Amino acid sequence: MSNWIAGFIVLMVKIAVVLGALLLSAAYLVWAERKLLGRLQVRLGPNRAGKFGLLQPIADALKMLCKEDIVPSAADRVIFLLAPAVVALTALLMFAVVPFGPPIVLWGREVPQVVSDINVALLYVFALSTLGVYGVALGGWASNSKFALLGGIRGAAQMISYELALGLSLIPVVMMAGSFSLVDIVNAQAEMPYIVFQPVAFAIFVIAAMAESKRIPFDLPEAENELGAGFHTEYSGMRFGLFFIGEYVHMQVLGALTAVFFLGGWRGPLLPGPIWLFIKIILVALIMIWIRGTLPRLRYDQLMALGWKVLIPASLVNILLTGAFLLV
Amino acid sequence: MADLFDGIKAIGTGFSTTFRHLFRRPITEEYPEYKRVLPERSRARIILTRNPDGGERCVACYLCSAVCPVSCISMQSAERPDGHRYARWFRINFGRCIYCGLCEEACPTSAIQLTPDFENCRQDILSLVFEKEDLLVDHCGKDPEYNFYRHAGVATPDGGKGEHIGEDAPVNIKSNLP
Repeated sequence: MSNWIAGFIVLMVKIAVVLGALLLSAAYLVWAERKLLGRLQVRLGPNRAGKFGLLQPIADALKMLCKEDIVPSAADRVIFLLAPAVVALTALLMFAVVPFGPPIVLWGREVPQVVSDINVALLYVFALSTLGVYGVALGGWASNSKFALLGGIRGAAQMISYELALGLSLIPVVMMAGSFSLVDIVNAQAEMPYIVFQPVAFAIFVIAAMAESKRIPFDLPEAENELGAGFHTEYSGMRFGLFFIGEYVHMQVLGALTAVFFLGGWRGPLLPGPIWLFIKIILVALIMIWIRGTLPRLRYDQLMALGWKVLIPASLVNILLTGAFLLV
Repeated sequence: MADLFDGIKAIGTGFSTTFRHLFRRPITEEYPEYKRVLPERSRARIILTRNPDGGERCVACYLCSAVCPVSCISMQSAERPDGHRYARWFRINFGRCIYCGLCEEACPTSAIQLTPDFENCRQDILSLVFEKEDLLVDHCGKDPEYNFYRHAGVATPDGGKGEHIGEDAPVNIKSNLP
């Protein structure tokens, strides 16, 4: 019994640390994005709240919490209220299977540095990633506004087509590691990160991941200058904030997954595991921000053509080649 | 294949351009600390100017009030004993003014003018209603030489009809000689 209680406490502490770190770094990722994007566009970025604008995320959070929570009278109330939570929740839950270090020994117990090491972790990640689409599509539909509906439809179509390329690009990784568990995949990269063997899969994964997290150049669901704000046009206050948090947590999760699948996860010389994972996540996030500062938004047909005609065939060929190499 | 290389080169150029921008000094002007000097003719807070001799220029002709697209100018005209018209009261509601400058264009006496002073925000909206004493200034604004009654062709203490600057003598309507 005491064993069970100790395990439960350790689990709760791990969840608290992961959630706290995720939400805090999501807030500061927003700051980093605004600051870096500003410099990329020869602007200053936020610099009023605190030194270098470091209190800006706190000010924004306070502002959003104090705002009126408006539900349009024509909206489908229950779904409208639920949709932002779905987006934020699925993004947060995805991090549960990401290992952030080797197992450590605390008070004679071996504690793995991952919230939950399930043997089908990869499928779990994809299941949650796909569920996240419901938040976007239902949020857009329940708003009962044409802009939101168009955004929701675009979101559903885009994310479903890029989900395929995302999944297919990871099959070579699973073939090489021989496991669906992210812990095993990281352990399999002890000698060499998979980006060396799988550069094509890495490129496909990063492109599909950017499309999944609805970032420029794939931000069609929320295209500001065509659709207002797309699927979250009608949202205000903290419900909009939840969509926002979800998007930035998603960015971190995809950074973490890129690190786990291709960059060796928490493995790296000298520094401890969590720090290496953090550095890799930040690196991926910064590159995503750089891409956002450079590329224009794709047209809808270009987006679909890239997904179906380039990424999916390329990843299928990549699977065949990897299989052939593994056999030989 | 050449298209592919062109495409990659184009994208690479874009990325290198934004990367180089990282190391450039931002061009942002930080407003409350640094205030850019606005052009003399930029349009913000409205003033009523005076003649070079210190008299009020406004002759209360109502043209500015008539042309104002948001009807934010109102006044009451009056006449001095020497026949010189003036505004008994003159009121501009800056809560409504859109700073279009049509009043300045319509004004025949260069009395009403727009200035570059745009920092005119108030918490209390009623304090945005400016009366004549708030609007009237002690200088000639952008048209320092102009004095309407020197050109108007009406009799003033300085001279009769046709005796002012650039005026011809009145036509003798009793004669048909040229």
